[in-house]
Amino acid sequence: MTPPSPSQSDSLVDALAGIVGARHVRTALPERMTYARDGLPTHRRVPGVVVLPGQRDEVIAVVRLLATLGVPLVPRGAGTGLSGGALADGDAVLIVLTRLNRILKIDPRNRLAVVEPGVVNVRLSAAAAPHGLHYTPDPSSQTACTIGGNVAENSGGPHCLKYGVTANHVLALEVVLADGRAVELGSPGGEPWGPDLVGLFVGSEGNFGIATRITVRLLPVPRAIRTQLADFDSLRTAGEAVSAVIASGIVPAALEMMDQSCIRAVEDSVYAAGYPRDAAAVLLVELDGGSDAAVEADAATVAEILRSHGARAVRTAADAAERERLWLGRKKAFGAMGRLSRDLVVQDAVVPRSALPDVLETIGEIAARYGLTVSNVFHAGDGNLHPNISFDGRVPGLKARVDAASGEIMTACIAAGGTITGEHGVGLDKLRYMPLIFDGDSLAAMRAVRRVWDPEERVNPGKVVPIHACREWYGSRNAERGTRNGFAPSGSAFRVSRSAFAP
Amino acid sequence: MSLVDRVRALLGSDAVDLAATPDGVPRVAPASPDAVALLLGTAREEGWRLRVEGAGTWLPADAPADLALTTRRLDKIPAIEPQDLSATAEAGIGCDVLRQQLADRGTWLALDPPGLAGRTLGSVVATASSGPLRQGFGPVRDHLLGVTFVTGDGRVVQSGGKVVKNVAGYDLTKLEAGGFGAFGVIVLVHLRLRALPRADQTLVLEGTREDLTQVAEDIAAAGLQPAALELMSPALARRERWALAVRFAGSAALVAADEAGLRAATGGRFTALRADEAHGCWMRAAESFATRPVTFRVGGLPDSSDELLDLLQHQVGDEWVSASPGVGAIRWGGETTVDRLRRLRRTLAGLEVPLTVERAAWPLRAAVGHFGAYREGAGPLIAGLRRTFDPGEAFVVAVEGTE
Repeated sequence: MTPPSPSQSDSLVDALAGIVGARHVRTALPERMTYARDGLPTHRRVPGVVVLPGQRDEVIAVVRLLATLGVPLVPRGAGTGLSGGALADGDAVLIVLTRLNRILKIDPRNRLAVVEPGVVNVRLSAAAAPHGLHYTPDPSSQTACTIGGNVAENSGGPHCLKYGVTANHVLALEVVLADGRAVELGSPGGEPWGPDLVGLFVGSEGNFGIATRITVRLLPVPRAIRTQLADFDSLRTAGEAVSAVIASGIVPAALEMMDQSCIRAVEDSVYAAGYPRDAAAVLLVELDGGSDAAVEADAATVAEILRSHGARAVRTAADAAERERLWLGRKKAFGAMGRLSRDLVVQDAVVPRSALPDVLETIGEIAARYGLTVSNVFHAGDGNLHPNISFDGRVPGLKARVDAASGEIMTACIAAGGTITGEHGVGLDKLRYMPLIFDGDSLAAMRAVRRVWDPEERVNPGKVVPIHACREWYGSRNAERGTRNGFAPSGSAFRVSRSAFAP
Repeated sequence: MSLVDRVRALLGSDAVDLAATPDGVPRVAPASPDAVALLLGTAREEGWRLRVEGAGTWLPADAPADLALTTRRLDKIPAIEPQDLSATAEAGIGCDVLRQQLADRGTWLALDPPGLAGRTLGSVVATASSGPLRQGFGPVRDHLLGVTFVTGDGRVVQSGGKVVKNVAGYDLTKLEAGGFGAFGVIVLVHLRLRALPRADQTLVLEGTREDLTQVAEDIAAAGLQPAALELMSPALARRERWALAVRFAGSAALVAADEAGLRAATGGRFTALRADEAHGCWMRAAESFATRPVTFRVGGLPDSSDELLDLLQHQVGDEWVSASPGVGAIRWGGETTVDRLRRLRRTLAGLEVPLTVERAAWPLRAAVGHFGAYREGAGPLIAGLRRTFDPGEAFVVAVEGTE
């Protein structure tokens, strides 16, 4: 790629400033460096320019400008993602959507809300609370992550066991396509106009465009809640107890597991929740519903199942304060693990629930073989594992061992009938694993679908689909283009290909 | 070599039935996903046009085509995993057979689509036709973990997987669910199951439509979350007046509490049905829609249900109507014309409410389309997706209509 002349870069920056105002265009290296990572420490990209539109019309104008110039763009919310999905190379413009943070409508009668993409997840539930409603997808980062990011990643969270992931709660979208056209998808009632393009868009990791207006379903806040903590002598026993609860027909709102390493990290931190430090694993089980008596009865049944499947003790939170403390420990577990070492890789894979005991043992064996500390905190009810590898990236060779161990963990999960990501997305991090679960035709089909939305593959380029692994598809062009996985030097100046400015 | 000879050479003599269809179109029944791919790859080369059929109990087998591809021999259930609450079934399996085999393993697919009991799973997925259980368990797409489908040029594409959470790659399953076969032939479906509910209780209240609509609102306001909350026209319910049927399913404690909550919220006016009565009530309603010449669904907001029912009554009548006021969905069955449907769709579009034609004879489907016109900007996307998955236009599907 030929570096542009300063005037060319300047002209783009000036044009962006003309749309959003100069103070919302970031070009200085230290400013751009703050956007060089997301929640995953193993990837780093420094964007060429960062632009922060404040209005939907500004998003459209920015995207149109970049389309005219042929400049790649990467949408980004709060940057809490865990797959490198919101990182931009030096030749791309990063469009940060956190200023589009208005809740446009809450309709209690129809139990829906319309929000801009930059609304922080937990803010929506807070705004809906006076109506007795809440937004149920609750990623662990919900105090920071945005609904737009949740839509892009099809985010989950502990309570998705009963209530479903983001895709189950998005009714309609306004999206800005790569060429700057705004298109409305879906309807507020949830019935699509034609094929389900809302369902297709959710989880497309920013490759299909930018959601600028999001209509979501709200649900009643449960009137009765019971939160239980069960502790076990072994991971295997805890895993078997999970299967027993699921098979009972009672669907807990959440069913989370933490292993001993995680328990101790939490208990050593400011988030100490009173988890028994000597337990090999704890299960956090929450039941909810509209009737106190029914929830109480189901909770008693679940407690009995847990005890009969090896729980040493089952404790029920006595009040809301204790419940919050139990949950705080779980939700801040990733933060607490920061105490273990300088760097942390949060992995994400899913296995059939019945495979949990075996896969957890396999992960332990892999960790031991590589001499790594792996802590497990995860959505056990969904079989959605989060093996977290603590390491110090400054130690020579250690990152390579972490990568190799991560690869083996993924391979073990796939061999058990699982998949490579349940809620964090593919982004950059999981690209290499995609050919392990999809053949060349299926990957090519995904790429062909992406090109329907974004023919130039200019929006969030190089993510999700490993182009080299795609078979040729009818009508595909640019098949020779490789993935853009090169590591951009942190000091790179903004680069735009000369052809982008050609008449 | 004739078309039939060519297909016989490809798939074997027993895969072709010449006399089966009323319109004389040769019917081909591939016995495996690979055989479907082989057939469609050849169709692409030869320029054959195909219609896709399941059991033939829902969409009339009358689209003009060179070949009818039926999924009837794709009727295996490769896996039922009670501990994981998941199953994998081929698209041509009848829903009745699948339901029984799931029940034998203590599991349940919480879908109650309209149509006869033997309707194929592939048909339910392709048309995204959910029934009253959508109130408590969501639309068809919420029950799918993944699908395998064959494109119009014979490629086998996998989407999703067998696990209950999965964001690996774009969710092409969503495109197949409700795509009416325009984006591929669904051959294999991975399903999310539930444990068979320990208790399952249906209660019914008869009354005027206005009265029952208010009762439905009271139920929602009371915070009850029934599995189904369905307002049925008298003909559909086989009663003198409109009926509101409420279904609770789950643990015995939950169902008992919900039933008590219902009585408290509505003054104890509902009558509890015995299990056989409840089964008959829901089954008859579902089957009724397979006996009407035309069935369509509209998707509005919960607070617009009454207004939409008035509109339907005014424009096309309301003899065979089933509405889920809690989610704003309405299904209509009956006789109507192209002009009336077009007029209704235009009126509904003005209210931001989509109308999807679920079943009708080919002349009406071809004229009106399952979806009709799209909203501004979506048309090119859908056209692009169709070109992607059916580059030779092999599939005869009336997606848009001719208006």
